Amino acid sequence: MSDFQTVAGAEDPNARRGPSGEPNAPNQVGGTSVTPGRPRSLAGDAWRDLRRKPIFWISSALVLVVTAMAAVPALFSSADPADCLLSRQHAGPSGGAIFGYDFQGCNTYARAVYGARASLLVGALSALLTGLIALTVGMLAGYFGRWIDAILSRVIDIVLGIPLLLAAIVLLKRVASDSATIRIAAVIFVLAVLGWTTTARVVRSSVITAKEQDYVSAARMLGASNSRIMWRHILPNTLAPAIVVLTIALGSFIAAEATLSFLGIGLKEPTISWGIDINNGRVHMRESATPLIVPSTFLALTVLAFIMLGDAIRDAFDPKLR
Amino acid sequence: MVRFILRRLLQMVLAFFGTTLIVYALMFAGQGDPIQALAGERPVTEAQRAYLTEKFHLDRTGIDGFFYRYFDYIRNLLQGDLGESLTGRQIGDILAAAWPVTIKLALIAMTVTVLVGVTAGVLAGIRRASIFDNSTLLLTLVVLAVPTIVLAPIAQYLLGVRWQLFPPTAGADPDFYALLLPGIVLGSLSLATALRLTRTSVAENLRADYVRTARSKGLVKRRIVGIHVLRNSLIPVVTFLGVELGNLMGGAIITEGVFNIPGVGFNLFRAIRTEDGPLVVGIVSVLVVVYLIANLVVDVLYAVLDPRIRYE
Repeated sequence: MSDFQTVAGAEDPNARRGPSGEPNAPNQVGGTSVTPGRPRSLAGDAWRDLRRKPIFWISSALVLVVTAMAAVPALFSSADPADCLLSRQHAGPSGGAIFGYDFQGCNTYARAVYGARASLLVGALSALLTGLIALTVGMLAGYFGRWIDAILSRVIDIVLGIPLLLAAIVLLKRVASDSATIRIAAVIFVLAVLGWTTTARVVRSSVITAKEQDYVSAARMLGASNSRIMWRHILPNTLAPAIVVLTIALGSFIAAEATLSFLGIGLKEPTISWGIDINNGRVHMRESATPLIVPSTFLALTVLAFIMLGDAIRDAFDPKLR
Repeated sequence: MVRFILRRLLQMVLAFFGTTLIVYALMFAGQGDPIQALAGERPVTEAQRAYLTEKFHLDRTGIDGFFYRYFDYIRNLLQGDLGESLTGRQIGDILAAAWPVTIKLALIAMTVTVLVGVTAGVLAGIRRASIFDNSTLLLTLVVLAVPTIVLAPIAQYLLGVRWQLFPPTAGADPDFYALLLPGIVLGSLSLATALRLTRTSVAENLRADYVRTARSKGLVKRRIVGIHVLRNSLIPVVTFLGVELGNLMGGAIITEGVFNIPGVGFNLFRAIRTEDGPLVVGIVSVLVVVYLIANLVVDVLYAVLDPRIRYE
C-alpha cells in the first residue's frame, strides 16, 4: 500500500552504477557517434543511457503487453470471463483455459486478462489526476513562494502524514453505490486525493530551480505575464521529472487499487479486478492454487514493470550520476 | 529543543483534530436515520427512539449539533471510551486483547528487518557494484514492487500449505513459531527500504574525509567501518525504523487478515468486511493517534541522535 512512498523514499540515486560513475565508458563512445560541436541534450544523454539497460527494455515490453491487454483483451483470450459454470469448479487446464477454472467455474486465465482493464484504467486516471493536482499545487507554491508556498507546503505535510490505506478505507466506506462506474471513479478520486503529495514536492522544487534561470528573467523583462512564463517557460521544464515520478506512482496506484478491492472496499463484482480474484483464490487455495497464483503474477508483474520503468528513467535523467 | 518539541506537539494536536473530524464526519454525518440504521430491519418504538435520541444528543440539528456530537465523541475518546461495536462489545476491550499480538508481530518483523536488512545493507555499501550489491538491489526493487496482497497469500501457500515449513495460519493466542512467517512477510517491505538506506548511507560515508583520515592514520578497515562509518550511517536508518515501527503497530491489516492473526489489523479487516461502522472508526482513530505519536517520537529522536540537526 505504501509502496509509492517507500519506493520513492528508499530510492538511492546511485543505484546500479558502475564503479567509475563515468558516463562515457570506453565501450559506449564507439557505438554511438555524436556529431562533434553539437551539444547533446539531457534527453539525448538519458536515451543513450537507457538504451543500454536491459531492465528498461524488459519493463517497457511488459508495460506494452499489459496496455494491449487492457485495450483489446480479446487478442489474448477468446474465452468469455463471465461464462462461469459451477460444474467446472476447479477443473484442470483444457484447450480454452490454459490455467483451468476457479471456484465459481470461471476461466482463470480469461479473468486475469480481462482484469487488466480495470487496474490500468484506475492506475492511469489516478496518475493523471494526481499529475494535475500536483502540477497546480507545485507550480503555485514554487512560482509565487512566500505565504502561498508556506500554506501549500503545510497542506502537503499534513496530507503526507495521513496513512494512505486507513484514509482510503474511511473514504471508500462512504461510497454506498454498487455501480461499476461510480466505484471506479471513487477509487480513482480517493487515490489521487491521497497520493499527489510526493509529485507536488518534486514539481515545486523543479519550479523553484527553473524560475531562477536567465531565460525566465529575460521573458519577464520582455513583459511576459506570470501565466505566460508559467505555461510556456517553466511548465516544460517541470514535466520530465513529474512524469518520471508519476510512472512510479502509476504502478503503486495499481497496487493500491488491488489492495482496496482485495479488502472488499474498492471495486466490486461484477467488475473484474485482480484484487478481487486474489482474495477469492486465497480462500480456496487448498483445493486449487492456480486461481490465486495467476492473478497474483499478473498484478505483481504489472506493478513491477511500471516501478522499474520509472526507476530506470529517473536514473537516466539524473545528471548527478553522469 | 524544547521549543521544537512544543511546536511539534501543537502541530500534532492540530493534525489529531483534523483527522478525527474528517473520520467522524465521513462516517456519521449526512446519513439518513441513524436510529433506524442501528435497528436494521426491525421497527423502532417511540420509547426506544426517544431514549436513543437523548443518549446520542440527536435532538440537536444542523452544524451546531454535529460539532456537539463530535466533541462528545472526542471527550469519550480522550477518556479511553471508544464506544461499542455493532455486535455490542466494548471497542476498548477488543483493542486491549488485540494489541499484545500486534506488538509481538511488529517486534518479530522489526528484528528480521534489522538483522537481515542492516547487515546486508552494510555489506552492499562496502562492496559497491559487486555481484552481491547488484543482486540485492534488484531483489529489493522486486520486494518493494510486489504488493502485500500478493506476497502474503503466496508465502502462505508455498511455505505454509505446499511445503509445510510454517503453520499456514496463526489462530487465537499464537506462539512465536506461528508468527514467524507473517513477521517475515510484514518485515520484508521495511527490510528492502532499510537495506537500501543503509547501503547508500554507508557508501556515502565511506567517501567522507574522516574515513580518509582514519585510513591514513593506519586504522584497520574493520575498525573504520565498524566504529566510524557505521555510527554515522545508521542515523537515517534508525529514524526510518522508528517510523516503520509506528506503521507496523497498525499497518498490518493485510498480513494479519491473511494469516488469521487476532491483532489490531485483523479486527479492522473484519470490521470492514462486516460493515461494522463504529468499530472501523474506533480502530482508525486509535491508529491515527499511534501513527502521529510515532512520527513525533522519531522527529525528536532524530535531533537527539544527530547533533548536526538543530530545530531552531
